[in-house]
Amino acid sequence: MDTLTFLQIIWFVLIGILFAGYAVLDGFDLGIGSLLPYLAGSDEKKTAVIFKTIGPVWDGNEVWLITAGGALFAAFPHAYATVFSGFYLALMIVLFGLILRAVSIEFFTLEEKNKQRWAKTFFLGSILPSILFGVALGNVIIGVPLDSGMEFRGSFFTLLRPYPLVIGLLGLSAILMQGITYAMLKTDGEINESAAGLSGKIYYGYAALFVISLILSYVFIPERMSIIPAWIATIVFALSMAALKYFLAAKSELKAFFSSSLAFISLWGIAGAIQFPVLVKSIESSSLDITIYNASSGKLTLSVMLGIALAGMPVVIAYSIYVYRVFRGKIKMHN
Amino acid sequence: MDAVFLSRIQFAFTAAFHFIFPTLTLGMGLLILINETIYLKTDKELYKNISKFMIKIFALIFTLGVSTGIVLEFSFGTNWSSFSRIVGDIFGAPLAAEGVLAFFLESVFLGVLLFGRDKISKKAYWVSAFLVFFGSHLSGLWIIIANSWMQTPAGFVMEGGRAVLTDFFAAAVNHSTAQRFIHTVVGGWMSGSLFMAGISAWYILKKRDLNYAKPILKLSLIVFITCSFLQFGAGHYHAVQVAKTQPVKMAAFEGLWDTEKGAGLSVFGFPVESEKKTYLDIRIPRLLSLMIHGNLDGEVQGLNDFPTDLHPPVFLTFQSYHVMIGLGGLFALISSIGLLLMIRKKLYETDWFLKVLLFSIPLPVISNEMGWMAAEIGRQPWIIQGVLKTADAASVVVPAWQVLATIIMFTILYALLFLFFIKFLVALIKKGPEKVIATDGY
Repeated sequence: MDTLTFLQIIWFVLIGILFAGYAVLDGFDLGIGSLLPYLAGSDEKKTAVIFKTIGPVWDGNEVWLITAGGALFAAFPHAYATVFSGFYLALMIVLFGLILRAVSIEFFTLEEKNKQRWAKTFFLGSILPSILFGVALGNVIIGVPLDSGMEFRGSFFTLLRPYPLVIGLLGLSAILMQGITYAMLKTDGEINESAAGLSGKIYYGYAALFVISLILSYVFIPERMSIIPAWIATIVFALSMAALKYFLAAKSELKAFFSSSLAFISLWGIAGAIQFPVLVKSIESSSLDITIYNASSGKLTLSVMLGIALAGMPVVIAYSIYVYRVFRGKIKMHN
Repeated sequence: MDAVFLSRIQFAFTAAFHFIFPTLTLGMGLLILINETIYLKTDKELYKNISKFMIKIFALIFTLGVSTGIVLEFSFGTNWSSFSRIVGDIFGAPLAAEGVLAFFLESVFLGVLLFGRDKISKKAYWVSAFLVFFGSHLSGLWIIIANSWMQTPAGFVMEGGRAVLTDFFAAAVNHSTAQRFIHTVVGGWMSGSLFMAGISAWYILKKRDLNYAKPILKLSLIVFITCSFLQFGAGHYHAVQVAKTQPVKMAAFEGLWDTEKGAGLSVFGFPVESEKKTYLDIRIPRLLSLMIHGNLDGEVQGLNDFPTDLHPPVFLTFQSYHVMIGLGGLFALISSIGLLLMIRKKLYETDWFLKVLLFSIPLPVISNEMGWMAAEIGRQPWIIQGVLKTADAASVVVPAWQVLATIIMFTILYALLFLFFIKFLVALIKKGPEKVIATDGY
């Protein structure tokens, strides 16, 4: 294997890790936001408690997306260019959601009279991206129309085919699972109870959507069903789900949260394994696929970026753990 | 209207709106760090409380910066995908590096700054304040690196229609990175410091919260005065570099059509591209040559030396540059008066000057915007100087109606965001430091 190939593979894995990190971390605050109407209703104090559970950390979590996007741009500019321009309107809706949720918590705090409007915008801003991320991923897995210049040749409605929509719902359910286990971990009293009450339903919905996705994958991407690493990741997913069930029943909240996170990571493992080395699949011909080989930056860029990532990310992870520890513990509802 | 034109409008609008906020946080981050340092050294509660008050305002501004910043990172792919394909080998790296090295730092530790004061030691809290300050400046540095590479590209070769990196250090520290970074950071410090000076001047005029307002005014005015004089040096250093590396841009800044030895510095005028003439042209003789070359007879290239199709829109470039320079002069005047009043210990009693400070709050923000516009419009028709034209950089698959739809979306959304931003900002200020400090966290 030459150096360039090695770097391309490394960057495929690293970008997968960045997206998985984003999914796990921002997943729980997107999830809690999508569950806000259920968990807090129109109760201002409950909303405040929920915002307090994610207040110090949500912004740092979102940086995983910004970094993953930047890394995709730097390492595989063609994939970044094709997906971001091809999925234009869908991504703009994601941006609309991310802008809304970024201001909602701050505005909720500062608003005097009509605080609840910012709970609504936070909900909207959380649930829209939560669905659309999975829809986008479903599309690059099942394939989209691409021309020989690597340009997307579909329309907005190409994105809304059944398979990507199911993957969108699977992504949403994974995010809701993150949100509900985080809510249980970080709250007590009524919010904790209502979160525990819903966790079973989300769990079964999540599991059912996974099975449906698996069946649909047999229908739509049969050629991808014999990849061993994908099945290993599937086993890890199944084990994590079993552990999650056990820890939910045992009320081990931290372990339940970690099991949910591991399940989510293994979903990314499955996606990575069935995609590799393709980044964006062509629906017509594999010769038009956008892969890590034909979409990547040069050797020097990939090496410099690798140096930055290897020097930077361990430090990021170390201080992030420190900050999570500073804010550990449940947020109590008082006065 | 074609998609390229609409994408230009969208980028200009979303970037101009975003640029208001991070520049303010650069300056406010500096003031917060200074207050935290004084508190760490002296243990005086006053400085801790001042910092608490500023952090509340900082958080609001930072939120707007974060929410509008992500749009720009996406936009290189959504609206400028040809640009991304052609220069992704070089341009993506600073954006990714910004995330890894800077943006994590400021975002994670801002959480500590906002909610962690009672949970960690005084020293650890100071370190957090420092890391937010450091992270936001480092973040600025990577963005400036990316932008400077578009102005004065280096460290690459063109291969098969794509730029390929050959020297990372040369690309990052290109001919304009240092000049642009210093100029922009000082501009940010000016907008942040005058912002706080204006707010504290209002309290003094209203004769309320004086125990907070006076030290805030003193500190922020000292920072502002220092920076407004520093900016003369920083701006000059940057302008000389522009004259040497992008002479056509300098000619547009100055509305200079014919190449001249002993060229005058333009004070005022109306350049008209179609007539290749600057009306009401007022110049200080020979000063431009002196400033660029250190020589009264130095030769400065005029626009006519360059093909017309490589001219930037001269009128816009000229006027935005002149508004920036004019405001820079005004800041020096305000600073000189402020300095005199401070020396004579009459700062807090001089109502008219306090009013000037209050009403000047938006001016450094406007000046920063104008400077950025002059730099970007002055680079046209290039998106990357001499390498790629803006007209060839847009996405090819995004139809015009979709860009128009998103322009409408951003306009409505940003207008609402700005209204609420002003509403909450005014409410925070009216509430005053005492009450704002008392309400902790969410």
